[in-house]
Amino acid sequence: MTRHYSAFGLLREGLRGHSGWQPAWRSPQPKPRYDAVIIGGGGQGLATAYYLAKNHGITNVAVLEKGWLGGGNTGRNTATIRSNYFYPESVALYDFSLKLYEGLSRELNYNVMLSQRGVVTVASSPAEMEMAARLVNAMQINGTDAELLDRDGVLQKAPLLNTSDEARYPIFGGTWQGRAGVARHDAVAWGYARAADGFGIDIVQNCEVAGFLIEGGRCVGVETSLGTIHADAVALCVAGHSSVLAAKAGFQLPIRSYSLQAMVSEPVKPCLDTVVLYPGTGTYLFQSDKGEIVLGGGLDRVPSYAQRGNPPMQQTVVSGMLEMFPAFGQLRMLRQWAGVVDVVPDSSPIIGPSPVSGLYLNGGWGTGGFKAIPAGGWLTAHLIATGEHHEISRPFDLDRFATGRLVDEAAGSGIAH
Amino acid sequence: MQLFLCPFCGERDETEFTFCAEAGKTRPEPAAEVPADAWARYLHFDHNPKGATREVWLHATCGEFFLMERDTVSHAVAGSHSLRRPEA
Repeated sequence: MTRHYSAFGLLREGLRGHSGWQPAWRSPQPKPRYDAVIIGGGGQGLATAYYLAKNHGITNVAVLEKGWLGGGNTGRNTATIRSNYFYPESVALYDFSLKLYEGLSRELNYNVMLSQRGVVTVASSPAEMEMAARLVNAMQINGTDAELLDRDGVLQKAPLLNTSDEARYPIFGGTWQGRAGVARHDAVAWGYARAADGFGIDIVQNCEVAGFLIEGGRCVGVETSLGTIHADAVALCVAGHSSVLAAKAGFQLPIRSYSLQAMVSEPVKPCLDTVVLYPGTGTYLFQSDKGEIVLGGGLDRVPSYAQRGNPPMQQTVVSGMLEMFPAFGQLRMLRQWAGVVDVVPDSSPIIGPSPVSGLYLNGGWGTGGFKAIPAGGWLTAHLIATGEHHEISRPFDLDRFATGRLVDEAAGSGIAH
Repeated sequence: MQLFLCPFCGERDETEFTFCAEAGKTRPEPAAEVPADAWARYLHFDHNPKGATREVWLHATCGEFFLMERDTVSHAVAGSHSLRRPEA
């Protein structure tokens, strides 16, 4: 039933009054058993299901989603994709993801609207310029594209930036990653869902996991709101709710859940064609294809499972925007929302086996899971299919908290979470 | 802005407070004999509950660490308690 999307198909449907479109995926009732059950129908879970089928030929798979597809962090993030990290392990992961994103629309036959408009991170002091040069050098050594910009270079990328002598965060220069960009986040979830469905994978929405079937220390299935489902392997791809499900399986994780907010302004004419981040203000923003200014910042200060966000961080983010782009003070804000993100002490994800055999972890993405959807799915699928780590996911195993081999990107690249 | 309850200063703006840790953890001793995974559990692993929780917070303006009971979904604060031991 999955039809190939093409310009010709669009034209044909246009002439027929769009009467021939089929649903992009089925909505089946779950079967009593599967080879693998993926908990969480966000980008990570759907990508895991897709790569299980595509890379490993495992198609007897179900994706269980308690709400609707992409209704969690996949539909709440600010859609930025980049690999400007410091450590080799991180660049290997996020650049692999960026490369998969570059071919994703064609691979999935679904337009994810990837726009590689680049990310500029502004340095506001000579000391920050030193750190920017260090990051650029590290990125280049690790094999991804990076460029150090001077003040004129930054202003060429974003001419509306604050050039006042009075600026609290004056522009000294910055880092530039030209392959970075943004994509349509819903389309990433829907594209993976449609492609996974095409392989015969069951995507079951409104199906909440209430507990795990554990026999002899091994996870052999899940109890859900739609009944018991047996599975040889189960994967947790539930972001901010990782700790909640881990508790049901009887273990803890090094994760704390926080609200991460974002907001958009009213749409205006094109005025910003790149993504801009100020580490000084913590605010980053870009202009969406619809013309809205999309902006976000750091985590709320209060651990939370509330998908709404607190006023102090809104104030910080908007103040940051006004410092960076004084002209945007004329904008009216349209919407504000938040997602619940799973923050790990070293700001790097957790991919690997859990303490319960047969149950695998894909989480701890914190504020950065969207950019890693293709890689996270690919690596989790590899883990489920082979029982072994892919070399890229090995450093992100849960064991790093006992061995001390943390991949501390909060210190390395100064990311906000 | 939400008001949090400091057991010493009363209700104050949430921006004056800093989250420190979940309540109820005990540092494993003696340090030299604690295995790595027990240290990891003490340092990093938590319940991170959805709903009612007990946490150690710092009221930065008065410098006092205290215990706060609150809800991680509704953000309602149920109460705050001093962590000081009663004087003997």
